[in-house]
Amino acid sequence: MGTRATPERSQTADGSAHPSGDDRFRYLDAAMKRHRYRPDALIEVLHTAQELFGYLEPDLLRYVARGLRLPPSRVFGVATFYHLFTFTPRGEHTCTVCTGTACYVKGADALLGVVEQITGTHPGMTTADSRISLETARCVGACGLAPIVVFDGKVVGQMTPEQLAERVKGWLDHGT
Amino acid sequence: MELEDLIALTEAESSQHAEIEIRVCTAAGCLSSGSRSLISALEHAVEDRGLGDRVGLREVGCMRLCCEGPLVSVNTSTSDGTRVPTLYGKVDAAQAPDIVTSVEQGRKSAEALHSIDPNGPFFAHQKSVVLEHCGIVEPERIESSIALGAYRSLHRALHDLSPAEVVEQVTRSGLRGRGGAGYPTGLKWATVAKMPPGQKYVVCNADEGDPGAFMDRSILESDPHRVLEGMAIAAHAIGANQGYIYVRGEYPIAISRLDTAIRQAKRFGLLGSGIFDSTFNFRVDLRIGAGAFVCGEETALIHSIEGLRGTPHPRPPYPAESGLWGHPTLINNVETYANIPVILREGADWFAQIGTEQSKGTKVFALAGKIRRSGLVEVPMGVPLREIVERIGGGSPEGSSVKAVQTGGPSGGCIPAELLDTPVEYESLKALGSIMGSGGMVVMDQDDDMVGVARYFMNFCMDESCGKCVPCRAGTVQMHRLLDRIERGEASHDDLVTLEDLCDLVQHASLCGLGQSAPNPVLSTLRFFRHEYESRLIEFSGPPSSAVSSDPR
Repeated sequence: MGTRATPERSQTADGSAHPSGDDRFRYLDAAMKRHRYRPDALIEVLHTAQELFGYLEPDLLRYVARGLRLPPSRVFGVATFYHLFTFTPRGEHTCTVCTGTACYVKGADALLGVVEQITGTHPGMTTADSRISLETARCVGACGLAPIVVFDGKVVGQMTPEQLAERVKGWLDHGT
Repeated sequence: MELEDLIALTEAESSQHAEIEIRVCTAAGCLSSGSRSLISALEHAVEDRGLGDRVGLREVGCMRLCCEGPLVSVNTSTSDGTRVPTLYGKVDAAQAPDIVTSVEQGRKSAEALHSIDPNGPFFAHQKSVVLEHCGIVEPERIESSIALGAYRSLHRALHDLSPAEVVEQVTRSGLRGRGGAGYPTGLKWATVAKMPPGQKYVVCNADEGDPGAFMDRSILESDPHRVLEGMAIAAHAIGANQGYIYVRGEYPIAISRLDTAIRQAKRFGLLGSGIFDSTFNFRVDLRIGAGAFVCGEETALIHSIEGLRGTPHPRPPYPAESGLWGHPTLINNVETYANIPVILREGADWFAQIGTEQSKGTKVFALAGKIRRSGLVEVPMGVPLREIVERIGGGSPEGSSVKAVQTGGPSGGCIPAELLDTPVEYESLKALGSIMGSGGMVVMDQDDDMVGVARYFMNFCMDESCGKCVPCRAGTVQMHRLLDRIERGEASHDDLVTLEDLCDLVQHASLCGLGQSAPNPVLSTLRFFRHEYESRLIEFSGPPSSAVSSDPR
């Protein structure tokens, strides 16, 4: 991330190549162009930015603000309002424990406790070695299979604390 | 595209039907249980035996019994032309050859497999209106939807009915909003239709935020064209040319299928300009939510579509008068739109005879929690809760008993087991301090602590409060602290009184539905399970316990 140019040195979001040579900016520019730089596309553009860069750092938000001709305060305000946007780098792996109602009554708290104990981290945080990020979700909508845990985007249902411990320990041990 | 083209497509599609049709559920639930690898295993098995021309493999949407996923249904044409379905549950990719072998040999079911009776109680007591094509239609192929009649009602609306007649049909059907509040849909449509001509919008609220609810996700993943058709009919009725579908960011499969459906419908000329050779133009764009529960509230949703923070604003003006960018906007929920094509097809009177006097039609519920059979359930309005929980869901698993049913998510309440004979209707559930809500139904058993449940929902509302109005922003935090203290046995009787006062205040002083309904889970658990609260209060610190009224408020 450190090699990326600051917006001050960057081109405007008109589709021309980014001086840092980082292709991801070209995709981001294309997304903004597709929405004709309309300010109401802000949330869509932030989704794209997060998909490309993993998280939204201040420089990136300023870049989006410039592209859509919005005050940075507006972009920061919107980005921080919504839960799905994140402002710190994620770990190599993400373990998301669903805490929806069905998962709650089926023991999501116990599952969360297991991961917290093994990783020594808490929801919204990443382990010191940047290996695992722990997240919670407010219902992923697969309640028929509660309790649910999402491993790197893959939804797994009917989870037991033992299975969960095995998966998470596997990540810690082998890093795969 | 003309009606003849629809008919030609239908014929072409049905001529492609194979002798044996294998359908695999690819809704989110079954996908997470491994239906993707099962499909490739089935493809290989069919290829290996050279059955490619006899067997059709279809990727379909939700087959409802989510707890048994991945689900596979096999339809074989018998000599007399009838199709006998066989349903298998918990199918492993390794069992794919077994299924193909049994199909090849014409056996009714494969012994090694876990077969499910498609006429069993889970299915037999349901009535399919909205979900009629769920699990049959292929959501990623518009041809498959057209073959089952999609876009016929839109054609009829454009050529045989005036906008006023469409509104009249919807009004006469008695359909009420399926998002939770139950506002009469026809009335809403009529209000927007009456606004002076000019820019108007149709919005589909697919921000299904209630934890424990997955009806809208299932409809969008299984039969997206039905929702698009409903929206297009609404647009014709009110005079709009632009629609938005606001989907939760947490539903990636629904988003991608909607995206595909919109592109296909455009290509077929069923969305876009001059639909069915008429002067009607209608464009639909997707808007992806970013994880804010409050965006399910219509004014907050409008702000979010405009690219702003999802904070609500006071009503009136209602979106029907001044919505997106200040223009008249019709906002309905996914299931409401999904009801529209069938109302036009079968007629308003047909629809109105399903359900009860005040609540017409069917309702889709997402049944989950401590229950034997969980999944998607569609029943006529007015059936008792007991029918859903005990007959369809099979009651609680062995060794436990149903204690309460939570409906309506964080805005609803807990209905105790002794009131399970209550019919599911907007009014009767409201009378119990719960709401119909969007349709989440979570069953709880004797191990579930009601104070804990109330605290859980308050924690949710506290997190999700947008912070705009003080009663909700500060009230939910204080209520959560009180509930936490009660749960830990550190609260006095005075704290309970404060909690009840706060419930009253937040309910009446909050700006939007989130705050106004946030106290509901507390109030309903206090009403039916008050002893669970009182038994934890610190003794002797308040007035004597005899002074505490145990009457439901």
